[in-house]
Amino acid sequence: MSQLTHPMESILRMNRMPHIWCPGCGIGTAMTALAEALNKTQIPLDKVAVVSGIGCTGRVAGYVKLDSFHTTHGRAIPFATGLKLANPELKVVVFSGDGDLVAIGGNHFIHAARRNMDIAVFCVNNFTYGMTGGQLAPTTPPPATSTTTPYGAYEQPFNLAHLADSAGASYVARWTVLHIRRLTKSMTEALQKKGFSFVEIICPCPTLYGRRNRIGDGLQEMQFYRDNCIIQHGADTRTIDIKFRDKIVIGKFVDRERPTFLDALNSRLLEALGNRYEPYGKVTENADRN
Amino acid sequence: MLTEIRFSGFGGQGIIRCGYIVGKACALFDNKYATMAQSFGPEARGSACSSELVVSDERIFYPYMTRPHILVAMSQDAFDKFIGEVRDGALLLIDEDLVKPGNRIIKLKTFAVPATRIAEEMGNKVIANLIMLGFFTAVTELVSLEAMRQAVPGSVPERFLDLNLKGFERGYEFGGGITGKMAKPEKAMESAVSS
Amino acid sequence: MRADPKGVLTGDHYLDGDQACAEGALAAGCRFFAGYPITPSTEIAERFAERIPEAAGVFVQMEDELASMAAVLGAAWGGKKAMTVTSGPGFSLMMENIGLGVMMEVPCVVANVQRGGPSTGLPTLPGQADMMQARWGSHGDYEIIALSPNSPQECFDLVIEAFNLSEQYRVPVMFMMDECVGHLTEKVSIPRPESIEIVDRKWYRGRKENYLPYAVNGDLVPAMVKAGDGYRFHATGLTHDERGYPSTTWQTQEKCVHRLVNKIRQNAENIIKVEKDNVDDADVLVVSYGISSRVAVPAIQQARQQGIRVGHLRLITVWPFPEKMIRELAGRVKAFVMPEINYGQMVFEVERCAAGKAETYLVPHGGGWVHDPKNILQVIEAAAA
Repeated sequence: MSQLTHPMESILRMNRMPHIWCPGCGIGTAMTALAEALNKTQIPLDKVAVVSGIGCTGRVAGYVKLDSFHTTHGRAIPFATGLKLANPELKVVVFSGDGDLVAIGGNHFIHAARRNMDIAVFCVNNFTYGMTGGQLAPTTPPPATSTTTPYGAYEQPFNLAHLADSAGASYVARWTVLHIRRLTKSMTEALQKKGFSFVEIICPCPTLYGRRNRIGDGLQEMQFYRDNCIIQHGADTRTIDIKFRDKIVIGKFVDRERPTFLDALNSRLLEALGNRYEPYGKVTENADRN
Repeated sequence: MLTEIRFSGFGGQGIIRCGYIVGKACALFDNKYATMAQSFGPEARGSACSSELVVSDERIFYPYMTRPHILVAMSQDAFDKFIGEVRDGALLLIDEDLVKPGNRIIKLKTFAVPATRIAEEMGNKVIANLIMLGFFTAVTELVSLEAMRQAVPGSVPERFLDLNLKGFERGYEFGGGITGKMAKPEKAMESAVSS
Repeated sequence: MRADPKGVLTGDHYLDGDQACAEGALAAGCRFFAGYPITPSTEIAERFAERIPEAAGVFVQMEDELASMAAVLGAAWGGKKAMTVTSGPGFSLMMENIGLGVMMEVPCVVANVQRGGPSTGLPTLPGQADMMQARWGSHGDYEIIALSPNSPQECFDLVIEAFNLSEQYRVPVMFMMDECVGHLTEKVSIPRPESIEIVDRKWYRGRKENYLPYAVNGDLVPAMVKAGDGYRFHATGLTHDERGYPSTTWQTQEKCVHRLVNKIRQNAENIIKVEKDNVDDADVLVVSYGISSRVAVPAIQQARQQGIRVGHLRLITVWPFPEKMIRELAGRVKAFVMPEINYGQMVFEVERCAAGKAETYLVPHGGGWVHDPKNILQVIEAAAA
């Protein structure tokens, strides 16, 4: 008897398939990229924890066969902060959507970047709230329509890469789910980077964004990415806003060294307290680099 | 025996510290019960501030001062604010350069010490509160000298400990603690009446 | 288990309730603290931040109370005993993630140094008006544990109890202080580590492949693991089955909520602690908690001098509420008198359990200060008449 196994079976909870995502949605692709990136980094999977918030992308935590937490809306990053600080040998990954991470969770996003908390944040940006039926997101480019902007959006959206960059992230990149190899490589780098690393993953939501905005179905949105994405590593993040049905600049924009929260805490306390202080999480923090 | 004390002055004088040190001395080294409360306001410095201390031989349930048996005032504002609440026959301890009590205090036993002036003479006015505490220890006999000496370390910044202890002893001497009895109360009262 | 000596400042100290709470948490084994400054709870965070570096733990000041509570949950899953502290509006902000803690069954402690409300209210002055919020503040149906100390010594002793209960029952425990207790300074005796009893969560010790995060046997509390130990488990705020997997059926919901509620209700008698004084011969029983339990004493003493047979029942555990005890007492006493710094919260629990068998009197107070014992005395007199 021949048995077919999924190549990502070691990382995905096959007993939870099929997943809830729509045909043409890119979240599954992004999750596969995470699985491949984890395999490539060879970080022991027992030491990886995935934290999600709420929304379509928030469901990723439930599908990965890792220690995984499906938390409250917007709070994946502070939950991950506590998890990482309590057990610094973990590689903590936050995997969630744009609405979750930068609308309701926006404050946590900038503060974790400012502290350079040693977590990898992967943000699927589909320009809308998918799970609740396609409302205006903090990323929706005007004048795209959504159910709460039936006459077209008019607010300026966040440029997530610029937000992460200016808040102090150590690593910032943007790819689409079309650029699967580059995305995977970037996620690998982000996972290996010490500090707050951020990858924005542009992703179709044909059901609630693409079709409504005449970009088309999943395939057509991927074709749109193929025709309109410009790879520009090191681009000034101030200049890479995503406009409606316009060019999208993708690439690796920031890769810099800054002390992480724990590095900064340890060096300050060592300076202040001398040998009365045993550095916190020091021994184990390097373990995941080996 | 239950004694209620209010320490008062302006922010930055170490008024809360006064209540803390006496309370600590009573509770940890004199085998009494001592409950301190502090009034909080949004202002960090300047305005009238105070700490309340209740000292008793028995367990203290109601933790707050009702009408003080002892008022310590280290600023005019604080004196004006709190003088109305004291009991008849209460003890009043003042920094004589900073508080002009007027003639309302005839029913009180008043003890005056130039705490801030002495502190300045000793090189740092921040120890005025410890001078007042030395004086307090001598004239009120509420807390033992030994308990106070034990309570000061750990209650003031380490690098100023010696200076604070010296200030405390100086205040105690001024209060006549060494010779036994306080020499100055009548004089202080006279001056208050005439002012 | 005995306390880790690293966190225990053995000896006699002169501390306020906030500082004593921080010392108690350290003695209890708390090694993670996330918080956001808010009066009058801030001194707990300050004390913890100063003391934690030498106790092999970590303190992080978060960007708000939403984050603080979320971080505490993450830390508990990371294997640490964790706490946050807050007051007033901060408690409201924590409610969402307190609910997540209940749903994921996360041991942790939330101290609320209560101040006057609603809204910004009286930041520096006392209230006892968050008692129902502690019980019902997060949406949905659940049971909670809440304790109420009345002195700095109890802030130390009972926060250890709060950690122990949270570990034993895997539920966030609300530590309901008030501004008065938080800012009173009194003698606090800290025992030697070997005489402090510490409870640790029940760790799962079976085979990895058999691990079901929410399976129970007997006591309704599932065994726990921590992230990083190779169990590859999933936890969610969604209604979930024994595997921790979401399931949106009413049957799973029934099973899930039933257990969350019953793990506390069925153990209520083991959790509840009260202090009784002259209860047996009482005609009138004063029921109180927190600072009001001290303020009531002069009134009770005065009433007894006047010949009124008045007793005192102090709630140390406020949630779960001692229903059975109040029910029994209602058949024996004429009336209950409850002073609270609110316009009626716990008193309605007393009234509910008295079920018409005894009168129930509230001595209300809007907040900002404690009762005048005379007002409590007047109500005792009226209740006795």
